[in-house]
Amino acid sequence: MHSFFGKQLPVAVAFFSGVLMIITFFSGDQTVADFSQEQLVWVTIVGGFSLLLGVASITRVSLSDVRKRRKGWPYKAVLLIFLVASSLGAIIEGTERGTLYDWLFQNMNAPMMSTMFSLLAFYIASAAYRAFRARTVEATILLITATIVMLGRVPLGELIYGKLPEITDWIMNYPNLSVQRGIIIGAALGAASMSLRIILGIERTYLGRQ
Amino acid sequence: MNHDIVLFLEMTLAGFLTLCIFSFLYKDNPFYRLAEHIFAGLSAGYYVGLIWHSVIMQQLWVPITQNGQYSLILPGLLGVLMFTRLVDRLSFLSRVSIAFVVGNTAGISIIQQLHGFVLPQLGDTMSRFGQEFWGPLIILIGVVSTLIYFYFSKEHKGALGITAKVGTVFIMVSFGAHFGYTVMGRVSLLIGRVQFLFVDWVHSFNKIIN
Repeated sequence: MHSFFGKQLPVAVAFFSGVLMIITFFSGDQTVADFSQEQLVWVTIVGGFSLLLGVASITRVSLSDVRKRRKGWPYKAVLLIFLVASSLGAIIEGTERGTLYDWLFQNMNAPMMSTMFSLLAFYIASAAYRAFRARTVEATILLITATIVMLGRVPLGELIYGKLPEITDWIMNYPNLSVQRGIIIGAALGAASMSLRIILGIERTYLGRQ
Repeated sequence: MNHDIVLFLEMTLAGFLTLCIFSFLYKDNPFYRLAEHIFAGLSAGYYVGLIWHSVIMQQLWVPITQNGQYSLILPGLLGVLMFTRLVDRLSFLSRVSIAFVVGNTAGISIIQQLHGFVLPQLGDTMSRFGQEFWGPLIILIGVVSTLIYFYFSKEHKGALGITAKVGTVFIMVSFGAHFGYTVMGRVSLLIGRVQFLFVDWVHSFNKIIN
């Protein structure tokens, strides 16, 4: 029973649901298309529950830390208070403008989010100092390109050399585009082959430990 | 309460949290950790609100109770099964739900990656040869050499090694360009936060005094 639910059934479910999606693309049949459309809604629902599982997991770990008075438990208590306030606010009152959920997002979450990201400006500067020391040819190319792109996107760059914005555009539209294209093609081929492995049951690591 | 005072208090809260996060630039400290845990709690709560309304209510509860779409009970049950992950003895049951999401995603992914990324990108690489020569040639060399750089099934020697070396140059140009863009983005976020602290916050304080 354990082996059937834990191993055979999941592999079979992954196979049939994956194959159905592929058949839908090639088959012009309306019934198949409707069924796969319905299945996509099902995936959204089950996927939504998986996100809630993540929140339940954080709650469980934090509650355990608070109950056992582990190191840093007051911070976990703060985390739980804000998690509960935001969640209950959304469930009871809704998410529209003027609700508690919206207020918490506008006045606390959004400012903290942009500050967290802006903090990276300082670390990126120290990382640049270490990476940009032109020790090798590759590092020198990286340094020159980054400098041109940074200067080419601000008025100061145009003041230094009039054609800098044009050079920046050329870098973005040719060498940069070609690398992005190469990476997209490579990653897409990798993702397609990994998906095929999952559907055929060769790749089973997503099931966790057997 | 006076609108200006409310605005000032809201800005003071956002300003305090902004400074708490910036304090990490000195070193890890209780103020930063407090803001970090508030941020984690609010972010988790934000997703609960989002999933609750857009998935659980809109796509599951309302269609079942108001439209009689009882087939949706099945994905609902699969979603609930996800939570067995939290109980060690029953965690194997969650594999069916995980396999359902992963299988469907894999099926969609094969078509999406090949039809949506690989073929259009290959087509775009070649199609511009009719309009110009040097630009598309640079792109073609960049795409091929980048793909070969990431091809690890054969040792990079001889012609393969030379092409991979050309790929390195292209990749460095692209990474340099992206680094430049990231720096610009983060610095503009930082300017935004500094503007908030020194202009908006101070302005709201002045409004109360006057």
